[in-house]
Amino acid sequence: MTVNAPANPNPPEAAPTKASSRTRSERKLAWMLCAPAVVAMLLVTAYPIAYAVVLSLQNVDLRFPEENSFAGLSNYATVLTSSLWWTDVFNTVFLMVTTVAIELVLGMAIALVMHRAIFGRGVVRTSVLIPYGIITVVAAFAWQFAFAPETGFVNNLPLISDEMDWFGGRFSSFAVIIMAEVWKTTPFMALLLLAGLVTIDDQLYEAARVDGASAWQRFTRITLPLMKPAILVALLFRTLDAFRVFDTIFIMTRGALETESVSILGYNQLISRLNLGLGSAVSVLIFICVFLIALLFVRGFGAKLDEGRPGG
Amino acid sequence: MEHRDGRDYALWSIAILLVVIFALIPVLWLISISLKPPAELADQHFIPSSISFDNYKSLFEGGISDSPFIKPLINSIGIALITTVISIVLASFAAYAIARLEFPGKRLILAGALAIAMFPPISTVGPLFDMWRALHLYDTWLGLIIPYLTFSLPLAIYVLVAFFREIPWELEQAAQVDGATPFQAFTKVIVPLAAPGVFTAAILVFIFCWNDFLFAISLTSSDASRTVPAALAFFTGESSFTAPTGSIAAAAVVVTVPIIIFVLIFQRRIVAGLTAGAVKG
Repeated sequence: MTVNAPANPNPPEAAPTKASSRTRSERKLAWMLCAPAVVAMLLVTAYPIAYAVVLSLQNVDLRFPEENSFAGLSNYATVLTSSLWWTDVFNTVFLMVTTVAIELVLGMAIALVMHRAIFGRGVVRTSVLIPYGIITVVAAFAWQFAFAPETGFVNNLPLISDEMDWFGGRFSSFAVIIMAEVWKTTPFMALLLLAGLVTIDDQLYEAARVDGASAWQRFTRITLPLMKPAILVALLFRTLDAFRVFDTIFIMTRGALETESVSILGYNQLISRLNLGLGSAVSVLIFICVFLIALLFVRGFGAKLDEGRPGG
Repeated sequence: MEHRDGRDYALWSIAILLVVIFALIPVLWLISISLKPPAELADQHFIPSSISFDNYKSLFEGGISDSPFIKPLINSIGIALITTVISIVLASFAAYAIARLEFPGKRLILAGALAIAMFPPISTVGPLFDMWRALHLYDTWLGLIIPYLTFSLPLAIYVLVAFFREIPWELEQAAQVDGATPFQAFTKVIVPLAAPGVFTAAILVFIFCWNDFLFAISLTSSDASRTVPAALAFFTGESSFTAPTGSIAAAAVVVTVPIIIFVLIFQRRIVAGLTAGAVKG
């Protein structure tokens, strides 16, 4: 992370004391410029997560406000011993792994098309940006209507049973949820991968071609190794994003038939049942899971976050 | 060679066609459903056999007080615009400092922003719900603007830092050497150079706010501040016997088409913004 701009425009002959006071005023200015953004970012993250920890150690149920009391770790014990939590963890991880895996393959294919296409790159870029511009809830409705047995066109397609009740079973619901999630977020993956793809020197491919490497060899021996940093960063952001899956499930099944994700569980406890104690324990556990996933990527796979960027 | 080129051409055409179909189908399907008359809603055809605008009319019927859609639309636009303006102003200050000034804690701010980008919003929903009720921010515009600001700032800061690093800041000094005042040098030279980046960041932040659903259903309870995604989830049919499918589809088209047109007009900027800082270079 180098800074291109001249940090200190003073000529070198400036007196050392003057330079240091200039550095000091520069620091002061920098901090004043950053302070509002830093405060705004901490306002809704640091304080609420601390408050969530406090709430999670108490019996707080907004339906029975007079019964608040210290609970110790009993909320965590309740959550961690309930089969619902573990079902939801399984669902979330299952959805996360499948969507991200499909997205990686599709995203890579689309990135290669955008990068290598002899023609029509503009058309491809234009169309992949369409899912990005659509509200997740709207995308979820579109796919739900498409698969719903009463209104959808999917059951009318050849090879698919007219009687298929997609939202009547757990894994068929997952199939539609995965489809909607993949559709909505693959463009982001493809664009991140494309950004990594364009940095690879074309001469490497030329040299490999001269040496007789096949297209597949060029892809596995040149493209993939050189793109590892870009792939890891894209995977990290998409994995964390997929772990938070909420909108699509809420619209399609509301978590019925064991299709709940951990975020839906947290929402149900907090907002629907107003049990802030239990709900906050779920929130804190989700926070810990996200932290562990990020740690796994950074420490385990060596994802370089310096080169990363926040998800869009 | 002739033969090979022809085959390549065909393969690329198929690949491109698949991508385009993949991207377009849900949008075309929504438009199709929204135009189907209620009686033909269940005909399972992708293309409507007759067209009716009743679904759109019902969205706006009753004006601002009775329409289930107008107030949420105003809320969505208002909340997203206000958040975008504040977020971009704060992020520009911070990004300017990070891109141009040398100070301890720079990396810490970038790392913190990154951490917040990865933060699970659900973890803050419970505390915010409790705090907002105590502070009377529950079900208000401000109650949504504050969390949107927090979660959009990392995105805005990263995009702006990436753009600001590309600006040839020496030009500012060059203009001053040529006799411009510092203010003139900034407004006449730097602002035009920075504008595209700022605009790009603004588009991304707006889309981020426009898309949010979790905060929108957790921190609102009425049309006073409910945004479109939340309102869509609670849409009901004309009567309790009719499904709201047609109205939802029409509302979805109304909030989707303008954004898509906008995204397509500014596609180069958005691609640059989405991938800003993704790779060093």
